[in-house]
Amino acid sequence: MKEYLGILIIILLSSLVAILIVGISYFLGERKPKKVKLLPYECGMTTIGPSRRRISVKYYIFAMLFLIFDIEVLFMYPWAVITKDLKLFGFVEMFIFIVILLIGYFYVWRKGALEWE
Amino acid sequence: MAEIVFKWIVFFIASILSIFSSVMMVTRKNPVHSALWLVVTFISLAVLYFLLNATFIAISQVIVYAGAIMMLFLFVIMLIHLEKGPEEIGKMTVSRIFAVVLTVLLFVEILVGVYFYRAWTVKPEPMPFGDPKTVGKLLYTKYLFPFEIASVLLLVGIIGAVVLAKRRKM
Amino acid sequence: METLYFLIEVLIKNVVVIAVLMFFAAYLTLIERKVLARIQIRYGPNRAGPFGILQPIADGIKSFFKEEIIPENADKPLYVIAPMIVITAAISMAAVIPFGDKLVLFGREIKLVIADVDVGLLYLFAMASLGEYGVVLGGWSSGNKYGVLGSLRAAAQMISYEVSLGLAIIGVLILSGSMNLREIVNAQKEMWFIVYQPFAFILYMICAFAELNRAPFDMPEAESELACGFNIEYSSMKFALFFFAEYTHMLAVAALATTLFLGGWHGPYLPGTLWFLIKVFLIVFVFIWVRATYPRLRYDQIMKLGWKVLFPLTILNLIVTAFFVTVR
Repeated sequence: MKEYLGILIIILLSSLVAILIVGISYFLGERKPKKVKLLPYECGMTTIGPSRRRISVKYYIFAMLFLIFDIEVLFMYPWAVITKDLKLFGFVEMFIFIVILLIGYFYVWRKGALEWE
Repeated sequence: MAEIVFKWIVFFIASILSIFSSVMMVTRKNPVHSALWLVVTFISLAVLYFLLNATFIAISQVIVYAGAIMMLFLFVIMLIHLEKGPEEIGKMTVSRIFAVVLTVLLFVEILVGVYFYRAWTVKPEPMPFGDPKTVGKLLYTKYLFPFEIASVLLLVGIIGAVVLAKRRKM
Repeated sequence: METLYFLIEVLIKNVVVIAVLMFFAAYLTLIERKVLARIQIRYGPNRAGPFGILQPIADGIKSFFKEEIIPENADKPLYVIAPMIVITAAISMAAVIPFGDKLVLFGREIKLVIADVDVGLLYLFAMASLGEYGVVLGGWSSGNKYGVLGSLRAAAQMISYEVSLGLAIIGVLILSGSMNLREIVNAQKEMWFIVYQPFAFILYMICAFAELNRAPFDMPEAESELACGFNIEYSSMKFALFFFAEYTHMLAVAALATTLFLGGWHGPYLPGTLWFLIKVFLIVFVFIWVRATYPRLRYDQIMKLGWKVLFPLTILNLIVTAFFVTVR
């Protein structure tokens, strides 16, 4: 258990480094804010409309696919480390798992959801 | 001895943080901020799992909940674009009264549960208990059927996502 | 007393690793510029010090003194936190990577890795997925159309390739039977895993390019259409942090490739840590070389490659590997 101490410490130290770097540059850098300077950058043109608009639904589809396949991959990790012990039995059960998921994958493909239009 | 004290301190910080961040998550007006506080909640829950020696579950919590699901939430928030929160704050609708009653009931239930169950007497299992190999050995022999069912569930999830989001071709 | 010594040991390892990592990441900017310049028959930066060797330091000092602009419709707390998230996640990834075997100092046997844990590989993925928040928030919080678009593209691309990346390395896990990176390296004492898993290595490298948002998959920061991508509104050290995190992440991905496929610290004659660094920088060189060679892909092509080509190939590789290991 104490091996995890290193992870705790590196996260604390690296966030300390991040805070220090941002903090130091906050004090060192000069600041002369102007109205024009603080506008969003759009290649020098005056900005048109709101900056944060509604985004396309395609991002949602890909996030959803990622979520599902990510869980699938996560299921495979504990299997992968003991495949040698499980022998053919383990292979067959994972094969069934993968085949069921491939059905879903090909369904998504056929429906054209993997297409970025 | 030092290790136990240290674990106590970590447990204390993580549990306070998880409560604080979930309160923050509920009270923020900006939905993106809420989503981020929820990420903090998930990460502090992962720390609690770590303290119970369930390392695989802890890391899965971070990868699946804090990583994948919250990324999906962020996309959805940006998709429907809720810049302004609901306007009628302070109105007493039926559903709100119902929600308050339900919350109080659940809270009382937790208190009763804690009082009778005495969760603090439960000790975490010894070390080789929650690591990937042990989880794998159990999952792929004893709990094989739930595992295969999970794949069917995921299949349903895939189909659901596509049906919801994909326009039907005319 | 033993606990105290252990704490001191971990602290020293942490400080050394973070310092060395930041030094390498800073100099990687110079290396990249130099190599790119030489490939394009230019000299590259050569004014600050001999051969431009002081260039990263000059860049760093300059960034510290630059004006800090926070745009008026930025979400201020998130705007400040986003680069911090990215750099914290990128540096923390170094915790589980073994950079050498063992060292005996003052009668103590010191493992040359910060945290020798059983879930090392998963920890790397967790950190990588947390780092994506920095990218998404950086673009979203700055309140700029290009920024939002760039960050969403970056996030969608990273998550698409993360699945294939995760699948590509399962073959290695099957062969080594562990997720502890030290044990994976030790399993490669006789033969590197690249010999058994050549396709997995190639697939891993392709996914790594996309995961890092580097050329030929650098669509999120396509200069010609998005101006700069998610970090468009950032200035001074906050911009530098994004840049810095990118190089730190690159080192981490290269180190992971070394650990999983190229036998980590194993190698004849030279000390282990040196071998490890040589292999890491060879892979980093490949990253730079590819950037100088290949044109950028279109965004729909990137997504197509990720989901329709790499994903089935990694699954195939996984099934074949598992079959041969279990049948034998």
